[in-house]
Amino acid sequence: MLFQDVISKWPMILNGVMLTIALSFVAIALGLVLATLMSALRSLAGSWAGYIVDAYVELMRNTPFLVQLFMIFFGLPQIGIRMNGLEASMLAMTLNLAAYATEIIRAGVDSIHKSQIEAGLALAMSRRQVFQYVVLQPAFARVWPALSSQFVLMMLASSICSFVSVQELSGTAAIIEQDTFRSFETYIIVTVIYLVLALSLKLFLNWLGRRIFPQVSGLARVTEAHGEAA
Amino acid sequence: MQTFGWPEAYFILRAASWTIALTAIAFVIGGIFGGVLAIMRLSRVKLLRRFAAGYILVIQSIPVLMVLFMSYYGLSAVGIELPPFLAASASLAIYVSAYLAEIWRGSIESVPRQQWEASASLALTRGQQYRYIILPQAARISLPPTVGFLVQLVKNTSIVQVVGFVDLMRAGMLVNNATYQAFQIFTLVGAIYFAICFPLSRLSRHLEKVMNASRSH
Amino acid sequence: MPAVVIDDVYKKFGALEVLKGVSLSVDTGQVVAIIGRSGSGKSTLLRCINGLEVFHAGRIEVAGHNVDQDPKRLRELRKDVGIVFQSYNLFPHLTVGQNIMLSPRITQGVSPAEAMTLARDVLAQVGLSEKFDSYPDNLSGGQQQRVAIARSLAMRPKVMLFDEVTSALDPELTGEVLLVMEKLAKGGMTMLLVTHEMNFARTVASTTVFMHQGKIWESGPSKTLFADPQTPELRNFVSAGAH
Repeated sequence: MLFQDVISKWPMILNGVMLTIALSFVAIALGLVLATLMSALRSLAGSWAGYIVDAYVELMRNTPFLVQLFMIFFGLPQIGIRMNGLEASMLAMTLNLAAYATEIIRAGVDSIHKSQIEAGLALAMSRRQVFQYVVLQPAFARVWPALSSQFVLMMLASSICSFVSVQELSGTAAIIEQDTFRSFETYIIVTVIYLVLALSLKLFLNWLGRRIFPQVSGLARVTEAHGEAA
Repeated sequence: MQTFGWPEAYFILRAASWTIALTAIAFVIGGIFGGVLAIMRLSRVKLLRRFAAGYILVIQSIPVLMVLFMSYYGLSAVGIELPPFLAASASLAIYVSAYLAEIWRGSIESVPRQQWEASASLALTRGQQYRYIILPQAARISLPPTVGFLVQLVKNTSIVQVVGFVDLMRAGMLVNNATYQAFQIFTLVGAIYFAICFPLSRLSRHLEKVMNASRSH
Repeated sequence: MPAVVIDDVYKKFGALEVLKGVSLSVDTGQVVAIIGRSGSGKSTLLRCINGLEVFHAGRIEVAGHNVDQDPKRLRELRKDVGIVFQSYNLFPHLTVGQNIMLSPRITQGVSPAEAMTLARDVLAQVGLSEKFDSYPDNLSGGQQQRVAIARSLAMRPKVMLFDEVTSALDPELTGEVLLVMEKLAKGGMTMLLVTHEMNFARTVASTTVFMHQGKIWESGPSKTLFADPQTPELRNFVSAGAH
């Protein structure tokens, strides 16, 4: 096997890695914000808002990420909304992650005991304040492990963005493969990089969880999502 | 230029049956290996335990796309050229085995320890304990997450075109290349995936509710 | 000939020594009650006898088997030594009948017809003939525990171990289980029981053993032991109406 040909392309690979990290970071950050808003809407607004959020979540969770990406990249231009591959990828990843995260956060919100909410209301807080100060933080703390798994899965699913010519890690792999004709070597190296990225992200998220939710060890955690891939 | 009409829709619908067939085969083959891996993961032999844990960790930490590329190019590197359907099934089975192994290990572990003790005290061998006592109970516990995983599998079949197989997604892309009516086409494709996945999601949730109800009683 | 011989047994959990040189001998047909506070090592001792716990020094012989951790020898031993647990541990996916017939069928090669007769027979002994096709979850705690006893009896054991079998039961349900055990004792079964039921120990067990801090602190004929405890620890334990 000849790895040199592939390794000599390391600046390209590094670019791919950076783009994978950037895409994942944007999708996780924006997706989480969107998911929090949708969770608040489910809990606070009237039932119609809840139905819309639920319908959105079900729609996204029961269709492949690739279909969602193509719908945005190829379908939207037909109704006059145009964007490049990178923009379409970011949007698709954000919308996809938001749906999964909403579902996970819902489990966390549901696990907060009713007495906590009553205690908040009894202290003259509004329903929005109770949600914001009493419910949200412990809910997040409980589902952090499940959210972390979902973030890692999203990072891995970003490889699918190569289908719309984004030069993230797996898109870069396709180009190197065409240049060098070393398919197996290329994919071994790229796979190992994904492995390192996924394990590092997992460790980072665990560390982050302990930092922002110091009380978490004493809480019963909601079970981790089982293989929920985008 | 072609337009998107009934023949194209029919072509896409027919390809959906390949997606279902692929899902079924990958699930069965992956399930067999996943079951073996789950037992290995809980074995009393350290080497088996380590191997299974390592395999599961690696497969769960790389994109499904890479599993497909690796098994496809890996096999052709050693001179095996599989037909696209087999290549797709084999690659997805590898992915399935790791996830089902982990789901089923969790299910086996959530059978109470006392069931092991009670069956050991009745002179059952370890194999008999698994067969008569542990696995029947674990199977029940594993049903909701297993059905839930099936949804993930259906969705992940959408990328098997990279090993040359024409499934539902690939059929949609082919029609799109000919007609450029992406909005209608991918709405149909998405609707078909939804029609397959949504009932499975509901079933998984329903099973979970039934089981929670019977547990708390 | 003694049915159980325990000879200078030591056992630790990590650094914590829970059995510190326990010796005890039980004759065939004898009923021995083991009493003591929680943490005194009494349940651990019982679980060592059928190999559920590993002990680190000493020797245990039961029904002619030496206790060690060889899986095959352990299974032979367990065919002759039944155990009943505090939490019943019935198999929830099997009916009462199936719970009882399973092990005789697959470990002793009993025929289906024989197993059926055997199961009906032991269920009648515990007074639950009509529950043959019920699932454990549909029975009361007391009924479940009687099924667990029947399940052990179906192995035709030479020795029966009872590990706090009434501790998880409501007071009004303990009576029916104790009654079954008393019948067994009168039928000549060799029994070792860890129990909190002082009355039962006094009236049914011929010998009572008081364990304290991992040792046998005091033992003797039940009636004298309870009437005239020799050590302050047992005196305390008895007068506290201990549970």
